[in-house]
Amino acid sequence: MWRDALLVAGKDLRIEARTRVALNQVAPFAVLVLLLFAFALDSNRLVLRDATPGLFWVAVLLSALLAVQRAFALEAVDGVPDALRLSGLRPAGIFLGKVLAVSAQLAALEVLLGLGVVVLYDAPLASPALLVAASIGATLGLAAVGCLYGILAAGQRVAQTLLPLLLLPALAPLLLAATQAWSAGVDGVASEGWRWLGLLVLFAAAYLGAGVATFGILLDDA
Amino acid sequence: MEPVVDLRGAVALVGRFPALAGADLAVDAGEVVLLQGPNGAGKTTLLRCCAGLVPVVDGRARVLGCDLRADRRRVRRRVGLLAHASGLYDALTVEANVAFWGRASGCEPGDVDAALARMGLAGRLRSVDVGRLSAGQRRRTSLAVLLARRPELWLLDEPHAGLDQSGRDLVDRLIADASAAGVTVLLSSHELERAAAVAHRQVEVVGGHVRPVDPGPSPGSPTDPGRGSAPSGGAQGPPADAGSGSAPSGGALGRPADAGSGTGPGRDGRRPPGARIATETEPSDGEADGGDHDVA
Repeated sequence: MWRDALLVAGKDLRIEARTRVALNQVAPFAVLVLLLFAFALDSNRLVLRDATPGLFWVAVLLSALLAVQRAFALEAVDGVPDALRLSGLRPAGIFLGKVLAVSAQLAALEVLLGLGVVVLYDAPLASPALLVAASIGATLGLAAVGCLYGILAAGQRVAQTLLPLLLLPALAPLLLAATQAWSAGVDGVASEGWRWLGLLVLFAAAYLGAGVATFGILLDDA
Repeated sequence: MEPVVDLRGAVALVGRFPALAGADLAVDAGEVVLLQGPNGAGKTTLLRCCAGLVPVVDGRARVLGCDLRADRRRVRRRVGLLAHASGLYDALTVEANVAFWGRASGCEPGDVDAALARMGLAGRLRSVDVGRLSAGQRRRTSLAVLLARRPELWLLDEPHAGLDQSGRDLVDRLIADASAAGVTVLLSSHELERAAAVAHRQVEVVGGHVRPVDPGPSPGSPTDPGRGSAPSGGAQGPPADAGSGSAPSGGALGRPADAGSGTGPGRDGRRPPGARIATETEPSDGEADGGDHDVA
């Protein structure tokens, strides 16, 4: 299964390296979102600083929508869905591979946005260990939910509009936990943040498990 | 021995429409069977059923020993489907595509090179993005994927479509070599004369039913006694020498089917000894499909 996952992740990242969609479209979009929040709240610098965790994760979440749509658009063209079904790749391996590839792209994006909030919002990032751990947990959860709903929406003619409708409500708990964990990390009250990190890990584990168990059925129906 | 494909009264729905309405078909190992019939008759659905992509909702359907009604996913790794769509990633090169799909089914690095060489893609074209290829070159790449995967059952939907003369001849040779190596081939085609020449027998798909066709001997067909490689199975049976090791110089193109086992090779031991890709190669690139100008 892990061999299949690495094969799929490598393929997705190779395609991204050649097409540079994340680099040329998703990353600028994410930075634009940060900038727009800064313009909207700049009159009150304190509010902007207090809202940094929420704004950061909303920017990540909106960018993740694009990354997930892109990840499944790759698999929806010119007979590729059938080729995947016949490939011999384990569905769980395909799912984990997609999760790994989306996570890698989101992680790079989060580094960029992290620099953005420090520069634009003057955010202190007092507990880096908690911030990094929360980011890893949230990224895995985000990618897992995204890939699960991405394959659900992939076969639909209205996939591009359906995916946000499915994904955003499902990501509400993750947004809450990631924002709370980051608030603790930004304020330097790490002890409060670890509880939220636990929720993030639970969330990611639940969706990773659901994806591993059901991706074969979803791939058949896509 | 159990047939590689064994359909009895198979019913398959496309939406609510019964694209197969009680199809009966038995195909033995090493046989090449041509499906003919008008558009919408159910040929593609039959091929997709055999690949485990379309569920069979009634009747009996066993392929390579797997009961498609019980678990149609089990057979998928062991079949190769050449469909109308290429099944390729436009943003990856020819080589990367063949390597990805080949590795997905457990092939070795040498299999990829051999498949590219066999399809005339070993030169400059191997590093060209699939999105920049002509239709014929994409078809060749899809065939290279099929070769690299070395399936036990080839399901070819209009395999000659989009190919130039040399490409069509190459497809015919691939089918003949595969059959000689014990691989079973089911193909649909509207190019009846050409396809009939490589097929051991023909069946007609009409209204979701399968009927035998007896075209009579034609010059150059495998049933023509004048042709050295003629199988003796006639319209119903398998070729007499299927899987006997009498493959042409190209050698084996797939894993000979062992339908009776119903299991197939294990994941880590997917490649049975001796089932190697043909070493006979086509002229590379430009010569293969109309020259460099074919790159779109």
